[in-house]
Amino acid sequence: MSKIPLNTPVLDPRIKRVDLESTYGTTAIGENEHWISWEVFHQKKRGDQHVHVGIVHAPDAQLALLFAKEQFGRRLACVNLWVTKSSDIFSFSYDDEDIFDNATAPEKQYREASGFRVMEKINRYKKSKQKA
Amino acid sequence: MEAIKNLLFRMADDELIYGHRMSEWTGMGPIMEEDIAFSSMAQDKIGHALANYSILEKEFQTANPDKLAFFRKENELMNCQLVELSNHEYDFSLVRHFLFDHADFIRYEMLSTSSFAPLAQLSKKIKGELKYHVLHADTWLTRLGNATEESHARMQSALNELWNYALGIFEPSDFEAELIAEKIFDGEKVLQQKWMEKISPIIEKANLKIPSSSAPVYGGRKGYHTDQLQPLLTEMAEVISSEAEGTEW
Repeated sequence: MSKIPLNTPVLDPRIKRVDLESTYGTTAIGENEHWISWEVFHQKKRGDQHVHVGIVHAPDAQLALLFAKEQFGRRLACVNLWVTKSSDIFSFSYDDEDIFDNATAPEKQYREASGFRVMEKINRYKKSKQKA
Repeated sequence: MEAIKNLLFRMADDELIYGHRMSEWTGMGPIMEEDIAFSSMAQDKIGHALANYSILEKEFQTANPDKLAFFRKENELMNCQLVELSNHEYDFSLVRHFLFDHADFIRYEMLSTSSFAPLAQLSKKIKGELKYHVLHADTWLTRLGNATEESHARMQSALNELWNYALGIFEPSDFEAELIAEKIFDGEKVLQQKWMEKISPIIEKANLKIPSSSAPVYGGRKGYHTDQLQPLLTEMAEVISSEAEGTEW
């Protein structure tokens, strides 16, 4: 499969965006003119980890929580939600995906917890509990 | 027990009519989540109406909830006029939501210790839903009251327009003394005091002002309504009236 050359004209607006800056110049976005993206984390029951479920757009954290409740807290079991600004999330670049290579390579099996033999001990403990 | 029946009808009719007004935002909300919020709160309200009509049927052998909801005449409905007013713009609906839901929340809170067990149970069951309705209303009121000049002006004028209707929520019934004596409900007067104490600081936080003169709009609790209720009732009963009696859905 050959790669599509970068300068190929495409009409899909998700790929080829209008260059707003050169067309309209830079404009400052004022307060209340643009909503912020918030990442939403959902907790199924107390003690569970909050799990990322999606994003909402809202002008502030309070409204982000309301919108998150509507989007993600109505149908699933839920005891709590977190929201955090998407801009506060820091990530690796996918260009650096190769730094994770070999994490599951067979020769690194010694890093896996499966090497520890504890099941027998656990079962023995459980049995002793049942008897008691 | 006419006093309890009267209380149940007032509450159920409020929830039914208000629920339908809220549901009119379905598909029309300013953003998707608000569309969902009003729609799901509308479902909650209709659910609360159903719960109250069901208590009426079970404890007082009235007609079934469908009959009570869809086949009573306009002058038999005991909802306050606040809830029947047609929606205008979103500011109007948000302010009504704020004024009504705080009263609704406190009413059920008061009923949690009622000597009439079915209402005390219902109150505990729906506490969380009402808490969210109030949180939703407070968040928007304080946000829009403090946002832009236009949003502030819109919220203030909606508050001015709705204030006297909101005071009509607390129109006393003929059974106040009896409800209080029997420890069923502490009465509309106490409810109104608690409501004022609760909403005043929030209105202040929203940078809005409670209108200085007030003239409560009474009548709804006795079956007198605005010309905006009948068209709603007709629309609500349109489908059920088109089917033969006893049709299973």
